[in-house]
Amino acid sequence: MREARQEAALFRRRVLAGFLIIVVSLIALAVRFSVLQVQQHDEFSARSEANRVLTRPLAPARGLIYDRNGVLLAENLAAFRLEVTPEQVHDMNGMLAALAQVGPISDDDIARFDALRKGKHSYQGVPLRLKLSEEEIARFSVNRWRFPGVEVVPYLTRAYPLGAEFAHTVGYVGRIDTEDLARLDKGDYAATSHIGKTGIERYYEDRLHGEVGYEQVEVNADHRPLRVLPGRVAPKPGENLTLTIDSHLQQVAEAAFEGRAGAAVAIDPRNGEILAMVSVPSFDPNPFVNGIASADYAALLAAPDKPLLNRVIRGGYAPGSAVKPFVGLGGLELGLRKPEDTVLSTGEFHIPGQSRAYRDDVRGGQGRVDLVQAIARSVNTYFYSLAFEMGIDRFSDFMGRFGFGKPTGVDLVGEGGGVLPSREWKRGRFNQTWYPGETVIAGIGQGYWVVTPMQLANAVATLADRGVPHTPHLLRAVQSDLNGKAITVPPAPALPTVIGNADHWLPIEQGMIAVIASGTARGLNEGFPYVIAGKTGTAERYSRTTEEWTSISASPIERHQVMFEAFTPADDARIAVIVALEAGRSGSHDAAPIVRKILDAWLPGDQERQSGARSATTAAAANTPVPSP
Amino acid sequence: MIDDVIANFAQRLRSIWRRPRIDLPLFGALLLLMVVGLATLYSASDLDRGQVISQALRFVLGLMLMFAIARIPPLTLRNWTPWLYAGSVILLVVVVVLGEGRGANRWLDLRVVRFQPSELLKLTMPMMVAWYLNGRPLPPGWTTLGVVGWLIAIPAALIAKQPDLGTALLIAASGVFGVFLSGLAWWRIGFLAGAFAAAVPVGWHFLHDYQKNRVLTLLNPEADPLGNGWHIIQSKIAVGSGGLWGKGWHHGTQSRLEFLPEHTTDFIFSVFAEEWGLIGVLLLLSLYVFIVARCLWIATQAKDTYARLLAGAISMALFVYVMVNGGMITGMLPVVGVPLPLVSYGGTSAVSLLAGFGVLMSIHAHRKTVAA
Repeated sequence: MREARQEAALFRRRVLAGFLIIVVSLIALAVRFSVLQVQQHDEFSARSEANRVLTRPLAPARGLIYDRNGVLLAENLAAFRLEVTPEQVHDMNGMLAALAQVGPISDDDIARFDALRKGKHSYQGVPLRLKLSEEEIARFSVNRWRFPGVEVVPYLTRAYPLGAEFAHTVGYVGRIDTEDLARLDKGDYAATSHIGKTGIERYYEDRLHGEVGYEQVEVNADHRPLRVLPGRVAPKPGENLTLTIDSHLQQVAEAAFEGRAGAAVAIDPRNGEILAMVSVPSFDPNPFVNGIASADYAALLAAPDKPLLNRVIRGGYAPGSAVKPFVGLGGLELGLRKPEDTVLSTGEFHIPGQSRAYRDDVRGGQGRVDLVQAIARSVNTYFYSLAFEMGIDRFSDFMGRFGFGKPTGVDLVGEGGGVLPSREWKRGRFNQTWYPGETVIAGIGQGYWVVTPMQLANAVATLADRGVPHTPHLLRAVQSDLNGKAITVPPAPALPTVIGNADHWLPIEQGMIAVIASGTARGLNEGFPYVIAGKTGTAERYSRTTEEWTSISASPIERHQVMFEAFTPADDARIAVIVALEAGRSGSHDAAPIVRKILDAWLPGDQERQSGARSATTAAAANTPVPSP
Repeated sequence: MIDDVIANFAQRLRSIWRRPRIDLPLFGALLLLMVVGLATLYSASDLDRGQVISQALRFVLGLMLMFAIARIPPLTLRNWTPWLYAGSVILLVVVVVLGEGRGANRWLDLRVVRFQPSELLKLTMPMMVAWYLNGRPLPPGWTTLGVVGWLIAIPAALIAKQPDLGTALLIAASGVFGVFLSGLAWWRIGFLAGAFAAAVPVGWHFLHDYQKNRVLTLLNPEADPLGNGWHIIQSKIAVGSGGLWGKGWHHGTQSRLEFLPEHTTDFIFSVFAEEWGLIGVLLLLSLYVFIVARCLWIATQAKDTYARLLAGAISMALFVYVMVNGGMITGMLPVVGVPLPLVSYGGTSAVSLLAGFGVLMSIHAHRKTVAA
């Protein structure tokens, strides 16, 4: 008890000590306040008056985007918008109604205006309608006296002159939303209203945006600007980007699809430059810049062939027979086959001891074939048995070398990784063990295997450059100084080839040349000066047991997902192309002609560059001074 | 049905009123403070009724919580303490692991409400320290100090990791006050303070860049007038231009013209100082002194160690909020996001403060019951 009393007394002393500390601290704080508010009052009063000078951020001009030949893909257009200063409007609803009589003001406009108003102060202008037409400007200007607080204000807006053709490559900018706000620096974007949402515009946002500038504006007590003071810090415009894309090639490729859903990618296998990437169908990105009407957006979302989906990097396709050259190469590299080894195709392949039949395309089989013939005629049995012998672990390990099953690292946001079947993948995805039969069908690119067109193009380009991988990319050059030259982006450091023995490449090349010379796509090279190496891929869209297959089996032209891959000139490839169509009869019938159109469009430029390079070499050789003895 | 509920509720209200569990002087001072807060908020938000109403609703919620807690005997609180403490620390861990927030992981989203578990620690930290010291021989020796050190350091480190150094220090302080009030020998205090001072230069290296910047900016705000220094300069201009008598309610140009950032939350004191001048500031500080003094008096009336230490630590923590916020807006202390109690706009802080006053009310109401 005595202890408790002592404790309470000790506590009281401590409370007293604590209270003394509090009082002393608060007195110090009070002294601090009186220094500021009494002693330095005059100084701060003056500075408060001087605070009539407002620092106003200035938006930098966004960098332009060009194709490899200097064709403009994204530009900034001078436009006019209608801006309302709420403080100066007495009856907002009445004013808006009256304004709607003068020119079109949609419900979307008003909804966006109301949303924007919330984040601003009543003395700040809020855009009501963007991108006024000439007629609208004229009508508003005539009626301006009736609408105090409403003004026509110039601004720069983003435009995509080639529209839908580049929607999936260049992407588009849109208004900064809350999600964007979370990831950007508010200071840098103080004056910026738009930000890259997809494609190059998103990926290279940091380069394109530029740096914010400032100017000092004197304002009156109502915060209205009176004059701009000297000492302006000009904004630094964003960098101009030159892409690797050849817009002519892109347009030809897009047109060759004739509206059928699918994707095409053309890559320069020597360096990974993407010459064309097409996702069909596409959409016009321009309405997105200033806010697409909600009905239009809903229509795009609901469209059955998904125009908003970037099939090149997010589309998933069963690669089908297009993987056979890779499987064949794996057989050589792992020492399971020699090029001259033959396999007998009887029309059916059986895993020893199992009754299930894995079929060839040709009833009754295609006889005894070696590797070149197996690729040329796309003989399933050869690859069934090869994949089975390889086993899934070695199989997926080897295919991984060509980038299957993981994103390629292309400079676009949201790339998918596809699926490379493997024991681990299946356990992770379905928590099931792997069955040998699944290895067999993986050998012909079926089953769980899913590739994105970009992945397949990257694999084919790697194969075309004799196994040397180059990350596919779209950025070719950057012009950071307006008066300076565009500086070419240095290529990524060269990686070693993924092919162990260079001799193994030749039979694969021969097989792919034979595909076009005498095999499944014969005649594709007619009249083409270079040797083309290629491979078809035809995968069934639906399992034969499902209802969909039966219901559409009557129309064979729709039954398959078809592919074609090619590179040329075969022994010194300067272009690799893949085309994937979501519905078609076969790879050779539907996809190969598109590839040929792309190659035809590419040829003149290549021939020009080749002759240019040759004459340059000759000239250089002629100019070489002969060393005097 | 509804009539029954209302009748029941009314009866409960009456019983609360008849047998007040509250300390009327303290309650009156709190109400006055809330009125001042709402009036300042109305001006600072440029006469935005919506903000004032939503803040008032939070006050109502907080007051209800205060009344509810005031009815819980301190003994019950004491029994709950380890669980409450453990629960709030677990929530902190959850936030660190999967929390979400703007750049900083502070918020826990429970779908219905989003809150910062660090707010809970403002109460459970002093409770835990009081609970632990309650069972130990006092004044505490080194062993006791060691355990308390861990009780304080673990949640503080978790909060500092979020990263929210300001809140981490405040919460650590509330625990430290408990130890101080328990009668820790002065020479030990001196020793610990010396060790802490020696550790500061080491700790500097663990600060985030933005935290270092805030401290450096304090030393020379003019060096970065568009960035970090902006807050300090504008706040000082607002306070200084207020003068002795102030510019009058809703006549503060600094805040109204948007020069002052965060002027409804962390910097609302600057708005108050600009509009009410030094006189207003002194009156407001006096109100806080009265509240803290009354709380400390309640602490001295408590009969057991737990209630005493808890009440004392909560009261002194309250003073620290005022001191840190006032120091920040006058450029004495770095910019840390500490609200001015019951004046700054913001829900979690108001509710957790009023819950703390609920604990004080409970201790006051049960002062005559001798705890075991």
